[in-house]
Amino acid sequence: MTDEKIKTKFCYKTASEMRRALLNKEISAKEIVDDSYKRIEEVDNTLKAFICLTKQSAYKTAEEVDKKLGNKEKLPPLAGIPIAIKDNMCLKGFPTTAASKILANFVPPYNATVVKKLEENLIPIIGKANMDEFAMGSSNENSSYHIARNPWNTNSVPGGSSGGSAIAVCSGESVISLGSDTGGSIRLPASFCGVVGLKPTYGRVSRYGLIAFASSLDQIGPFGRCVEDVALALQAISGHDPNDSTSINQAVPDYTAALKEDIKGLRIGVITEMLGEGVNPEVKQAINNSIKVFEDLGAKIEEISIPHTKYAISTYYVVAMAEASSNLARFDGVKFGYRNPDADNLLDMYTKTRAEGFGEEVKRRIMLGTYALSSGYYDAYYKKAQQVRSLIKKDFDKAFEQVDLLLSPVCPTTAFDIGSKTEDPLGMYLMDICTLMANLAGLPGISLPCGFDSKKLPIGLQMLGPVLSEELLLRASYNFEQATDFHTKKPEITLLE
Amino acid sequence: MITVKEVEHAAKLARLELCEEEKEKYTEQFSKILDYFNQLKEVNTEDVEPMAHVFPVKNVFRDDKAEVSSIRTEILKNAPLEEDGFFKVPKI
Repeated sequence: MTDEKIKTKFCYKTASEMRRALLNKEISAKEIVDDSYKRIEEVDNTLKAFICLTKQSAYKTAEEVDKKLGNKEKLPPLAGIPIAIKDNMCLKGFPTTAASKILANFVPPYNATVVKKLEENLIPIIGKANMDEFAMGSSNENSSYHIARNPWNTNSVPGGSSGGSAIAVCSGESVISLGSDTGGSIRLPASFCGVVGLKPTYGRVSRYGLIAFASSLDQIGPFGRCVEDVALALQAISGHDPNDSTSINQAVPDYTAALKEDIKGLRIGVITEMLGEGVNPEVKQAINNSIKVFEDLGAKIEEISIPHTKYAISTYYVVAMAEASSNLARFDGVKFGYRNPDADNLLDMYTKTRAEGFGEEVKRRIMLGTYALSSGYYDAYYKKAQQVRSLIKKDFDKAFEQVDLLLSPVCPTTAFDIGSKTEDPLGMYLMDICTLMANLAGLPGISLPCGFDSKKLPIGLQMLGPVLSEELLLRASYNFEQATDFHTKKPEITLLE
Repeated sequence: MITVKEVEHAAKLARLELCEEEKEKYTEQFSKILDYFNQLKEVNTEDVEPMAHVFPVKNVFRDDKAEVSSIRTEILKNAPLEEDGFFKVPKI
């Protein structure tokens, strides 16, 4: 499908363009939501960005926006702008599955804090986005419900684990979306789908009502087609929450206030370990071109070493799997979710329920995590990984004494074919090499479109900053975006018959 | 190298029933993955504090005041089996 054939008129507008149209009465909030659902009808049978649509919720919010517009009341910045949320965030009264069979019939009795904030900001939630089961995966192939497809090439993966959130924004089904990032799960799909994705500082956004994967690494963040939309979405969801004891109790700055200021004299460090062996030459070329863009914008570029990069994957996966094995112990068939109906004693009920309810990758991680925490192996794996984690954080502390931001690819490759890595779990883990250290050290990171490979698949640029440097990160990103045109390209979606 | 027996033990601790085919597959995969993880042994971590959290985490207390929390009937709607306001499970 080409751009001309897109029947819906609004689907690729930015949030600010839509707001202008809303305030000028060119369109109503209801019509904007209609438009999103029309686009979903056109493309989602192929792309499968959604596990469930939440029309009742979306139209209720849109109605409220239209009422306020009619009364000439003031509206929050993103009022009436459609958003998709990853299906691991609790939306009261609607199924929340985390793409797992074990939660097939779970309907949360409460709202996640981010959902509460979206509602306060009158942002219509149009649906629950597809993902890897319990956010475990880098390709979205671990969804128990649908195969998600990359809009740029429907035989390629969209990246994971927040694949649906990235697809929805890339294909014009939604304007913005929320994902969660434990080791790259926002940045990687943003990179593979050619959109902007931000993982905030650990604790900037409340995790209350986010189905936990690895609690010391999980963080919710926004996707958008441009940096400004991402900044606005971050504004709407950030802030301290008494219901999340790890949330940061510090004022939230105005993320759009300084967005357009220049970056002359900004010191950017290129991470040498992430441009070495194993990085696809086309990715390397796109990153080198991006470095030139930053130089032209007046930034000072230098090379920076993060010496423990080599150990990042081992460190991350030991920690993440250990935390996952503990967090997922709650899915036992007792209080909610699936239960094996035939077991006649409690222990059998547990083991059969979990065997049938969890998918292969989730079981793999639960068992490896259990193993790493078990008697005799704790010191060799879990404690050791936590010690190396300290060393990785020190590497970054040192780097940020020399530079303001760090730069690297998001992933050593572009999107790969569906099914090409499913039999090689370790090979899949290696995809996360550039992204997961930000989670280990709690740092904010962003993925920006920075080019295309010869197969016309998007390439992503990653920028990392010190703790709570989102303002600077967004400003540098905005400057880069305005100097390039990659974010304006739209995919030609080949619909499946 | 990890043995089938060790995989069975981890599955038992994790309350997961595995079929023979899964046991074999996981044994092979875990050996490869753990072998990779063993590179951590190269790192000198003498006198390095383990880091469990990014920021110092302390207990966060609220005032000891009663608040409306969850509503029992709402919670029980998700129960696979319920009786008289309790979760019902097979015999222990």
